[in-house]
Amino acid sequence: MPFSDSFFATKFGITERDLENYLSEALSRGGDYADLYFEYLATSSISIDESIVKSATQGVSLGLGVRVISGERTGYAYSDDLSPEKIRHAAQVAAMIAAGPAKVEKTPLEEGPRRNLYPVVTAPSETAFRERVELAQRADIAARAYDPRIFQVQVVYADNLRQVLVATSDGVLNYDRQPMTRMSVFVLARDKDGVPQQGHAGGGGRHELDWFRTVRTPEYFAQEAGRQAIVQLGAVEAPAGEQIVVLGPGWPGVLLHEAVGHGLEADFNRKGVSAFSGRIGQQVASPLCTVVDDGTMGGRRGSLNVDDEGNETQRNVLIENGILRGYLQDKLSSRITGAHATGSGRRESYEHIPMPRMTNTFMLAGESAPEDVIRSVPRGLYCANFAGGQVDITSGNFVFSASESYLIEDGKLTRPVRNATLIGNGPEAMKYVSMVGNDLRLDEGIGVCGKEGQSVPVGVGIPTVRIDRMTVGGTA
Amino acid sequence: MSASLSFNDLPEIAQSAIKQALSRGATDAECTISEGQEFSASVRMGEVETLKEAGSRGAGLRVLIGKRMGSSYTSDLTPEGIRQMVASAVDLAQLTTEDPHAGLPDPSELGSIPGDLKLFSDEVAGLPADRKIDAAKRAEAAALAFDPRITNSEGGSFDSKIGGRVFANSRGFSGSHRSTYCSVSAVPVATHNDGSGDKMERDYWFTIARDFSGLESPELVGRTAAERVIRRLGATKVETQKVPIIFEPRVARTLLGNLFDAVQGMAIYRHASFLAGKLGQKIASDKITLIDDGTLPGLFGTQPFDDEGVPSRRTPVIEKGVLKNYMLNTYTARKLGMKTTGNASRGITGNAGIGHGNFFLEAGEKTQEQIIAGVKNGFYVTELIGSGVNTVTGDYSRGAVGLWIRNGELAFPVSEVTIASTLQEMLNDVAEIGSDLDFRGSVSAPTIMIGEMTVAGR
Repeated sequence: MPFSDSFFATKFGITERDLENYLSEALSRGGDYADLYFEYLATSSISIDESIVKSATQGVSLGLGVRVISGERTGYAYSDDLSPEKIRHAAQVAAMIAAGPAKVEKTPLEEGPRRNLYPVVTAPSETAFRERVELAQRADIAARAYDPRIFQVQVVYADNLRQVLVATSDGVLNYDRQPMTRMSVFVLARDKDGVPQQGHAGGGGRHELDWFRTVRTPEYFAQEAGRQAIVQLGAVEAPAGEQIVVLGPGWPGVLLHEAVGHGLEADFNRKGVSAFSGRIGQQVASPLCTVVDDGTMGGRRGSLNVDDEGNETQRNVLIENGILRGYLQDKLSSRITGAHATGSGRRESYEHIPMPRMTNTFMLAGESAPEDVIRSVPRGLYCANFAGGQVDITSGNFVFSASESYLIEDGKLTRPVRNATLIGNGPEAMKYVSMVGNDLRLDEGIGVCGKEGQSVPVGVGIPTVRIDRMTVGGTA
Repeated sequence: MSASLSFNDLPEIAQSAIKQALSRGATDAECTISEGQEFSASVRMGEVETLKEAGSRGAGLRVLIGKRMGSSYTSDLTPEGIRQMVASAVDLAQLTTEDPHAGLPDPSELGSIPGDLKLFSDEVAGLPADRKIDAAKRAEAAALAFDPRITNSEGGSFDSKIGGRVFANSRGFSGSHRSTYCSVSAVPVATHNDGSGDKMERDYWFTIARDFSGLESPELVGRTAAERVIRRLGATKVETQKVPIIFEPRVARTLLGNLFDAVQGMAIYRHASFLAGKLGQKIASDKITLIDDGTLPGLFGTQPFDDEGVPSRRTPVIEKGVLKNYMLNTYTARKLGMKTTGNASRGITGNAGIGHGNFFLEAGEKTQEQIIAGVKNGFYVTELIGSGVNTVTGDYSRGAVGLWIRNGELAFPVSEVTIASTLQEMLNDVAEIGSDLDFRGSVSAPTIMIGEMTVAGR
C-alpha cells in the first residue's frame, strides 16, 4: 500500500510534502533531529457484572506529537487538532528546545519496509458490537456454571484499533494499523459464610474476534478464573524468609520483566542509573538463562510491526547463557551512545515522549522435565501465577506478587498458599537459577507495563524454573 | 477543529450534546468536558533534558434509555464530532441490559459548593519558562551539592497543569471549574562501595501547590531528596522476624489508598472487600479516625461537585475505630440502599467510578521522634514497592525499604525485605499516630506505627 492510500493520507489528506514541511518547521531553530507521530485511536469496552451488561463504551481520540532533539535535549509538543496551523504551532513549540539557525539537511522521506505481524482483516473493533457482547456473556455464564461457590462474576471485554504514522527528519516514513483485543474474567468464590477469594484470568492480543471462538474461548478464561478462586479457598499462610522457589511456565515470566528487563532499558543505562549499567559482557544470571525480548511474534500483545519511532521491531537477545548482551534502545539513546536501533522506542500515545520499552520478554526453554524440577525440591514454594511486579532499577531490587502458589513438600505440590510478594535483586537473583524446564510458555495476553507514567501492552513468558534462593514475603 | 474554542464555549457544547441525546431517544444524559494545558521541564546534571508543552480536550457522554445505559467519548469537539459521540452512546444503550439501579442522581442531590475553593491561580499560566526551568535546576543542584556520594541524578523537574472541567446533565445541573497546580521534584542517585563493588540508591522528594508562590524552595526539595538517598546507602537484609513497623507519612499514604479501595462502593456491593458488611462495627484501633473531605479550600482533593454533579462534602469513614461510611456514587448508593456521598469520579471514557476528595487520617499527638524513641527493635519504612495488597481478603505483603530502629534510634538502612500481615490485623494493631499530618496530595497521613508485622529477609 503506497503512502497515498494509507489511513492518514486518505482520511486527513496528509501528504508527504506536508510531513516534510512540518519537519522543516520543527528543525527551524537548529535541532539535530525531529519526528512526527500521528495517532488515531478507536476504543470499545463492555462490562458485565451480576450478569447485567452494565456498561458499553466507545470513542475516538486523535492527535499528533512533535519531537525535536538537540544534542541530549528533547523538545516535545502535541495537539489534538490536525489542522495545518495547529501542527505547525506544535512544531514551533517543540523547536524551541534548540536555539540557532536551521542546520540539518533533512533526508527525503522514504517509506520503510512493510510486513504484517498481525494480518487482521476485520479488527474486533470493526465487528458488530452485539457479537462482542455475546462473547462476554458466554464468559459470565461459564464462570457461574463452574462451581456453586462462585457468587460474583465480572467480565470486561475491551478492544482498540490504533492507526499510527511516523515521519522523521532522517528519512523514515512508516505507518501501521494496530488492532488489539482483550477479555478478562474476575470471580469471587466463598464457602458458606467463609471469606471470599478471588480468581482472575484473561487473554487476547492483536487478533481477529474469531480468536475467542477458535483459540481461547470465553469459557476457557471463565474456567481458569473459577479454578483459581476455588483453589484459594483452601489456602494457608505463605512462608516468610528465604526459600527454594519454583516458577511455573507462562505468567511467572514477569520475573524477567522486573528482575532484568527494565534494568536493561537504554535510557537508564546511558545515564548510569541502572543496577545493570556498564555490565555488558558480565555474568548476571546462571548459564542456564537466555532471555530475549522479541517484538516480532505474530499476533502477540507486545508485538509491533514498527515501534513508535518508525523502526522495525526485532528479536533482541538480552542475556545469553547468563551473560548480559545488550540494552533496549530508543532513538535518543542510540543517537547518543552510537548503539544500533533495537526497535524498542514506544509511547503510550501522541501525548507522550517515546522511551525504550520491552515488547514480549521471555526465557528460552531448557532441558529439564517440569516434573523433575518440582521433584528436586525438598521444601519450597511453587508459583503458578502472578498478579504483577515492580522494580527499583537503581538498586536493582524487584518484587512480584504471587496470586496462585503452593507449598512444595518432599518434591510434591501440597497446600495452596495465600498471596505473597517475592523479593530479590536483579543482577543477583537469576544467578540462583539451577534448573530450566523444557516447557516455555507465554502469557495469555493481558500484560500492561508502566514506566514514568506511560502504560504500554507487553507480553512475558518463561519455562518452569528452579531458583535456589529467593525471599518470600509471607507471615508463617 | 476545536481550535478556536475557549473554556467559556464548553458549557454550550455540553448542553448541545445533552439536547441531541434526548432528541435521539435518550431519557437522560450527562456530558463531561475537560481540558488541560501541561508544561513540564526536566533538567539532568545541570542541563535541560526535556521541555514539553501542550494542551488537549475531550468530551464524554453517558445516556440512559430507561434503565439501559451507553457511553462514548471523543477528542473532536466540532459539531460533527459531538454528533458522532451522541449517536454512538445512544446506539450502545440499546445493547446493554436493563439495570434497575442505573440512573442519574435525583435532582435534589445535585449542586455545587458555593464560594472560592482556591483551586485556580492566574499566576501559573503567566509563568515564564525560564523561571520554571530555573526551579528544576536549583532543586537538582541542591541535591548534587549535598554530599560527595551523590554522584548522579535522574534529574530535577518542574511540572504545571491548568485544567478545566465542565459538567452538565439533563436534570438541570450545569457547572464548571478550573484548577491549577505546579510542582518541583528532584531524584538524586548516590553511590557507595560496600566492598563487593559500587552499589547505587535513588530517592526523591517534591513540593506541590496551586501556584508558584505556594511551593517550598527548590533548595529544600533538593536537600530533602539528598538526605533521603544518603541514608539508604549500605542497606542490608535483616533476619526474618516479627517487629513493630513505623510507616513514615509518604508510605502511610499508601495504606490509606488500600483502605480507600476497601471502602469504595463497587467493592462493597460485590462483597469484594474485607470491610463489606462491617458498617457500624469496630474495625480498627480507637486511634484511627479517617476522613474524606472534598471541601477544604486549596487542597488537591477539593472540587465543587463530583463527576455526577453532586456537591463535595466531608464524610467520616472511620471514627475512633468504627466504620461509619462507605464512599459512594449514585449507582453504588442505590445498590446498597444508601445515599451518594458525592464521590463519583470519571475520566472522559466510561462510566462514573468512585474517587476520593482529601482522604486523610486525623493526626495524633506524638511527634515522629517520640514514636521512634519508644521502639527497642523495629523497622521504619520509607518506601514500599509491589502490588501485594489484596483488599478482598485483607492479605498484605509488600517489598520494603527503610531504616532499622535500635533502642529508640534509626540505626542502619535495610532493603530487599518484605513486610506482611493482614489489613484487619494492622488496623486493630495501630499503636501510634503521629502529629505530622501534611497535605502533600489528595491522600494524606501522618506517621503510623503498627504493633507487629512479619519482616521477611534472610
